[in-house]
Amino acid sequence: MRVAFQWLTGIAVASTVLLSGASSALAQKKSSVGASDTEIRIGQTMPYSGPASALSTLGRLHTAYFEMINEQGGINGRKIKFISLDDGFSPPKAVEQTRRLVEQEKVLLMFAPYGTATSAAVRKYLNSKKVPQLFVVAGGAMWGDYKNYPWTMGWMPRYEIESRIHADFILKNRPNAKIAIIYQNDDFGKELARGLREGLGDRAASMIVKEVSYEVTDATVDSQVATLKESGADVLLSYTFPRFSAQVIRRVYDIGWKPLLILSQTSLSVVNVLTPAGLEKSKGVYAAQYVKDPSDPAWANDPHLAEFRAWMAKYYPSGDINDSSNLFGYALVKTMVEVLRKAGDDLTHENIMKSAAALDMEIGVLVPGIRIKTGPEDFYPVEQMHLMNFDGKSWHLTGELVDGTRLK
Amino acid sequence: MQQSLNLKLIVPLALVALVLPFVLESYQVLQFTMVIILSIVLAGLILLTGFNGQVSLGHGAFYAIGAYTAAILMNGAGVPYLATLPVAALLGLVAGYLFGLPALRLEGHYLALATFALAVATPQILKHKALEPWTGGVQGIILDKPEPPAWLPVDADQWLYFVCLFVAALLFLLAWNIVRGKVGRAITAIRDQPIAAVSMGIDAAKYKSITFGVSAMYTAVGGALSAIVTQFVAPDSFAIFLSITFFVGMVVGGVRSLAGALLGALFLQFVPNLADELSKAAPGIVFGAVLIGCVYLMPTGIAGLYGVLTEKVRRLRR
Repeated sequence: MRVAFQWLTGIAVASTVLLSGASSALAQKKSSVGASDTEIRIGQTMPYSGPASALSTLGRLHTAYFEMINEQGGINGRKIKFISLDDGFSPPKAVEQTRRLVEQEKVLLMFAPYGTATSAAVRKYLNSKKVPQLFVVAGGAMWGDYKNYPWTMGWMPRYEIESRIHADFILKNRPNAKIAIIYQNDDFGKELARGLREGLGDRAASMIVKEVSYEVTDATVDSQVATLKESGADVLLSYTFPRFSAQVIRRVYDIGWKPLLILSQTSLSVVNVLTPAGLEKSKGVYAAQYVKDPSDPAWANDPHLAEFRAWMAKYYPSGDINDSSNLFGYALVKTMVEVLRKAGDDLTHENIMKSAAALDMEIGVLVPGIRIKTGPEDFYPVEQMHLMNFDGKSWHLTGELVDGTRLK
Repeated sequence: MQQSLNLKLIVPLALVALVLPFVLESYQVLQFTMVIILSIVLAGLILLTGFNGQVSLGHGAFYAIGAYTAAILMNGAGVPYLATLPVAALLGLVAGYLFGLPALRLEGHYLALATFALAVATPQILKHKALEPWTGGVQGIILDKPEPPAWLPVDADQWLYFVCLFVAALLFLLAWNIVRGKVGRAITAIRDQPIAAVSMGIDAAKYKSITFGVSAMYTAVGGALSAIVTQFVAPDSFAIFLSITFFVGMVVGGVRSLAGALLGALFLQFVPNLADELSKAAPGIVFGAVLIGCVYLMPTGIAGLYGVLTEKVRRLRR
């Protein structure tokens, strides 16, 4: 009896594993490349769990947006089947989920996968399969490499554009500045710092008096700020994520340091960054930006933001209206829909890439004047930014719209 | 804690393992390859925690050592991928042994904390400027996918599956040999009765550091295989969370038998996917609930449940 039980268990376990594998292999339907006359299949990986889960609001917003599109009859008569899977912000998991989306779900393309490492891990695979990897949510220069990766395109301005604009501003307005930099020790912080050095050119060595880094897992950056003050700098660049930016603003003010402070575009939210830091303490900070801040009173009567707020209230009421990730995701998905509209009835991988590389459009939630522009040799959709100055209540655009590619 | 070779379980499982890659979609072959790799790592942890009673929350660091060894050797030096495995194993063994020497003076939670520090430091070390020419910094290293030998009628995913299966079989056999022999008795004696073990002439410090080294070796081999299979390494793959995940898998699978390694690996691979399908809003909560359920219903792990069930059947028979 006991022996029989053991054999039985073994065989039961074995057949369960086999059956579960075989049944899922049989269950899937065959469709061409993820598009038919009635449906377009789109895949995405998103950190719904794990350390970056706050950013998965992008995936939820996109799901809500495609539901709205389907309610309104779809795109060119086709409904969108949007499949967004959890990658836990882990590159190996992103590989697994992306392969599932391509091989089992047969998606036509990957839309707005989040993260540098997770997207880098699947870039080679997607390019070998010729599956478009569109509008990767990461700002590295690597996402517009149309020669080596013709199936991959980023979206947001690459980090170096932002810091070159900062460099240009400093050279023009504070030519004798002594510059201090605090940067996050990852691709985001490092590429911003590199862009600044390149923008300053041969003056970088003499102007930059101190650079310090911190880890995204650190609790505070107080000691880094103190070190930077000691350097005697009169311009401080804070290439930091929102929580740390608020700390920098407050700490700089509290220790009585009065540098010209320039923030990264991640950290401009009046409600989420400047208010916790203290509006009075934030007075006078600069930044370059390309999306409007939904919490900035300056845009209170902006019709495009009103449309965005109404959309959020109706289709994604659980989302935080002041979270700039949501506005960003909204602009992303509008770009995606435009690409699909342009592609029309020719929904091949090739034609999707062709449409993505022929964009020239404005989206109202971006800073006025910014155009989303791509070409066969330009895989960077957003390349313009505008400098802004905070007056203690709201941001004001200063100077002109800067095209990052025009700077040296 | 019976460690006899249970053929009635192993024979059908081995058969399934051999057939599996031919009936599954290729991405599912990848999933099961990851299960095999995870089970190697968990086997190493079970040797350490289940048999020797030491707790490590830092095995992600040894996983990273293995992964980067494979990636750097393949990418920088053009070493064939299979040849990187012994190097990764050796480096893991040495690193584990050396880390073990001072750390093992610490008992219980203090050791857990010391190893945890290792897990915290790993991503930062990997990002360090001085190492960037080799590690590729935050961007990581992208590798080429190994091709199967031309004479074999399998595709690249199936080939990698069998490579991992073969390595796993070797390592499980080794682990089984360790635990059922003299060394196994010594390390379990140190776990159960440290004072009695020492008074019987067992060199506790030596056995503990060797066990730590061997455990780290298993983890490093798992890391090297994972780098080869996913063709990518980056510091973000080796965050603190990874070490915790390994620990969870070990406890859920069952710490007291090597079968727990396979069960824990299946759990780690498939339960997060299930959680994601049930709820996009809070997959973490679903995963947590399943985890709590497992720990409550099966306090000795899933592998322990088998023992409990056989015991029940035996009683019924009486």
